[in-house]
Amino acid sequence: MTDETELARELTRALSEAPGQLGRLHARLAAAARADGILDVAYRTLDSPIGTLLLAATERGLVRVAFSCEDHDAVLGDLSARISPRILRDDIRLDVAARELEQYFAGGRRTFDVALDWRLSSGFRSTVLHHLPEIAYGRTASYAAVAQLAGNPKAVRAVGSACATNPLPVVVPCHRVVRSDGGMGGYLGGIEAKRTLLSLEAAA
Amino acid sequence: MTGKETFEAIVARHGSTVLRVCRALVGPFDADDAWSETFLAALRAYPALPADANVEAWLVTIAHRKAIDVTRATARRPIPVEEVPDAMSAGNAPPPGIDPDLVAALTRLPAKQRQAVTYHFLAGLPYAEVAAILGGSTDAARRAAADGMGTLRRTCPRIPGGKGTAQ
Repeated sequence: MTDETELARELTRALSEAPGQLGRLHARLAAAARADGILDVAYRTLDSPIGTLLLAATERGLVRVAFSCEDHDAVLGDLSARISPRILRDDIRLDVAARELEQYFAGGRRTFDVALDWRLSSGFRSTVLHHLPEIAYGRTASYAAVAQLAGNPKAVRAVGSACATNPLPVVVPCHRVVRSDGGMGGYLGGIEAKRTLLSLEAAA
Repeated sequence: MTGKETFEAIVARHGSTVLRVCRALVGPFDADDAWSETFLAALRAYPALPADANVEAWLVTIAHRKAIDVTRATARRPIPVEEVPDAMSAGNAPPPGIDPDLVAALTRLPAKQRQAVTYHFLAGLPYAEVAAILGGSTDAARRAAADGMGTLRRTCPRIPGGKGTAQ
């Protein structure tokens, strides 16, 4: 038995991968999955002034931007349940989104052109989110003003919850929505992140 | 809401083992193709896999079928599979301290023995699972693995218990 264990260990070592081999195979798998239309969700991370962001995209477009405080593993688990477990890390599908975000954080981009997949928001919340890009870069609007923009002036609290559950923060600018008394209001990525984004836009 | 484990996590956890299985079954040159075919087929079928399935056994079963496809394709080419040991030292050198003869000896085993050794000793599947993949009884799977290990031990002097052991 000891002989068998020793022999099995020796075989395992002899057949182990070359350095970098699994990385190359992974990239090849992601490319083949994309080509076959079975990569339902691709993701990557991006370092930014507001921490490491998780970016996830379906074939239709960017579907989720997540802050590290949301726990990226939990976010991926949620995407698995709500969209599909066919999820792979893949930089290539996220190329455009990552480049645009990098330009934004460098102060060189004011609007986003990357295709968006809105499937994670619905109903009035979705309506609210669709109106947020109307708040210009470097400006802010109150929750009440956004409720008006979305066609339901009384739904101030609903605007708050729409912003709090925005699946595409930064790209869909819920950080530009603040309290009418001048207070910052909440932010899923933390008040500090909201402050950072608003001063970045004010300075550019 | 938490769904099924992401396929990325499956690749991360089982990628190395499946690659060893592929290298054992088809040799180092065709192993990349076998690995890619295996995981692509697994990705396609993954949403339908029951939540309580043994993922490793499932992957090895797919690798078994894909290795047969790859071996058939290779057999149609002019270079015979038996030349894998030479190819290995030329293109894809084993890590230092590893006896390439061991891999060569594994490659020369009869298919059933090589598969049984690979699935039980490299992939860690119980003999019942090995039998399910190979067809036949659990005892036959156990016997094939034991015969294969016996041959490897005799042909590889560096292994304890092998002929000419110098410990």
